[in-house]
Amino acid sequence: MFAFTVRRIAQGLIVMVVISFIGFAIKHNFGDPVRELVGERVTPVERAQIRQQLGLNDPFLMQYGRFLNDALHGDLGRSYFFKKPVTEVIMSKAPATLELVFCASLIVIFLSIPLGIYSAIHPKNIWSRIIMSGSILGVSMPVFLTAILLIYIFSVELGWLPSFGRGETVKLFGFWNSGMLTKDGLLHLIMPSIALSSIMLPLFIRLIRSEMMEVLESEYVKYAWAKGIKAKRVWYVHAFKNTLLPVITVGGVQLGIMVAFTILTETVFQWQGMGSMFIQSVERADTALMVSYIVVVGFIFVVVNTIVDIIYGLVNPTVRVTGRK
Amino acid sequence: MSLRWRQLKESDFVYYFFRDPVAYVSFAILLVLVISAFGAPLFAPHDPYDQTTIDIMDSELPPAWKDEGTAKFLLGTDDMGRDMFSTMLYGMRISIIIGLGAVALQAFIGIIIGLLSGYIKRFDTILMRIADVQLSFSTYMIAIFIGATCQMMFGVANYEKIAAPLLILIIGLAEWPQYARTVRASVLAERKKEYVEAARVIGLSKIRIMWRHILPNTLSPVLVISTVQVANAIMSEAALSFLGLGMPQSKPSLGSLITAGFEYIFSGTWWITIFPGILLVLLILVINLLGDWVRDYLNPKLYKG
Repeated sequence: MFAFTVRRIAQGLIVMVVISFIGFAIKHNFGDPVRELVGERVTPVERAQIRQQLGLNDPFLMQYGRFLNDALHGDLGRSYFFKKPVTEVIMSKAPATLELVFCASLIVIFLSIPLGIYSAIHPKNIWSRIIMSGSILGVSMPVFLTAILLIYIFSVELGWLPSFGRGETVKLFGFWNSGMLTKDGLLHLIMPSIALSSIMLPLFIRLIRSEMMEVLESEYVKYAWAKGIKAKRVWYVHAFKNTLLPVITVGGVQLGIMVAFTILTETVFQWQGMGSMFIQSVERADTALMVSYIVVVGFIFVVVNTIVDIIYGLVNPTVRVTGRK
Repeated sequence: MSLRWRQLKESDFVYYFFRDPVAYVSFAILLVLVISAFGAPLFAPHDPYDQTTIDIMDSELPPAWKDEGTAKFLLGTDDMGRDMFSTMLYGMRISIIIGLGAVALQAFIGIIIGLLSGYIKRFDTILMRIADVQLSFSTYMIAIFIGATCQMMFGVANYEKIAAPLLILIIGLAEWPQYARTVRASVLAERKKEYVEAARVIGLSKIRIMWRHILPNTLSPVLVISTVQVANAIMSEAALSFLGLGMPQSKPSLGSLITAGFEYIFSGTWWITIFPGILLVLLILVINLLGDWVRDYLNPKLYKG
């Protein structure tokens, strides 16, 4: 187990190095650190002087080494647009995104498990058919379109819910701007979380259903039936336990993927989080900010995947020997 | 030819196909959509690319059944005064072309990498780790990152000029691991079989064994994921267009039409967004339904995850 953990962490580190290298290559080729520092109104002579001072004429690999060193100390450069260090900008935007992902995950977890189990237990039932056809419709619906439809129905036509922004926020611990403590903030959270969860919910329902149906066919469940155990106990205790294992592994990774969909959701709802920040940084050619978003999100992905892999290795010993799957 | 035709007509495939209403209805809808998309120059009442026929005074007209609508524009007009119906047909053509192109590229890269890593042990670990890592990042993320980088590289104006081939490239590069993993899984199952061993004993080259002997036997799972991948590629294209990393407004795909209309939705001009939206969902839905049917029919052991 120890060797397995070390190997997984080492792999994660290699991936991080590759991501940072790609990020730096983008920054090196398309970014202009002098502009990030002083703006446009500087003479070419001064510009060249600053370039020399910053070490921008050094060889590529040397600059990359410096970038890595700075990144490890939490310095990813300065944002041209915000005139602040990018880590500061990202830290100020992160709570909005994390709250959104958190609420959406709650919706996914609390709806997909009962619906998935139900449609696995009664596969021919009319409700299961409705759930399954609903889920294939959900899979076919792009997340931004769901968001637009929600806005059109609930904001434009009915006028029930606010259509953009985070509403009133409260500052927690001095840095965390939370929208989850005020009524206004919660109202603003409803539609974005539904839109974000709409992409994962059908996938999870289908996953839980197919895993559960597979488990229900297995020998030990038949044995449980033969022993005369009550149906509820067989379903919810015997079968469901073994359904959870693959769901957790796939689910852990999928929750990470949600971060990708925050880019779309946040753009529609003008949610002031990391996703919309990323798209704006692309539009403003704010290279430093864009690259650090890639690095930060890459880091989140690697951490989530490594943890999921290690947990899976703990629960299922065969993986440790043969590798994943 | 007639024998072939009869064989096809009497095959299980056709028999089960016509017994399942979901399958043949979806297929019929898909056929209508594809024909009307590729026949857009014939069917569309207006040409959205022809600047001379567009009048800005016609902009934001509602559909024909509304009071202010005119019979000239069945589904209304968009913000530039283009006929929605025609623009949607042309847009769907772009979406489908990009979807098919991207899937062809994915399949090409994925099949080669899948064959190599399944048949030649040396490449296996490294290639599959790359595929795993890329998959764990989600294809959307990769596509958005590549798109954003390309836009910085070429600048917005140049990016829009080469948007269509670029989108095929971006989505193709982002989604090949699906194919690679599927092909690898079936290659691993095939390579132990006797016919492969026989081919090796005869002394055929590795490339010939992979290409002529193993590949044909791995095609049924490839076919199954291909249908779903086309739907995914069309969705990715729409998402990229929505973020401003896709087709420009002068040559809109369904995704960029939805984007264009989104700005007007608050003033009650819903048709610019909703009609392309419905068309996009319908297109993806029927492809997904067909994909489900093909999967159930062929029922190959697909690689989960």
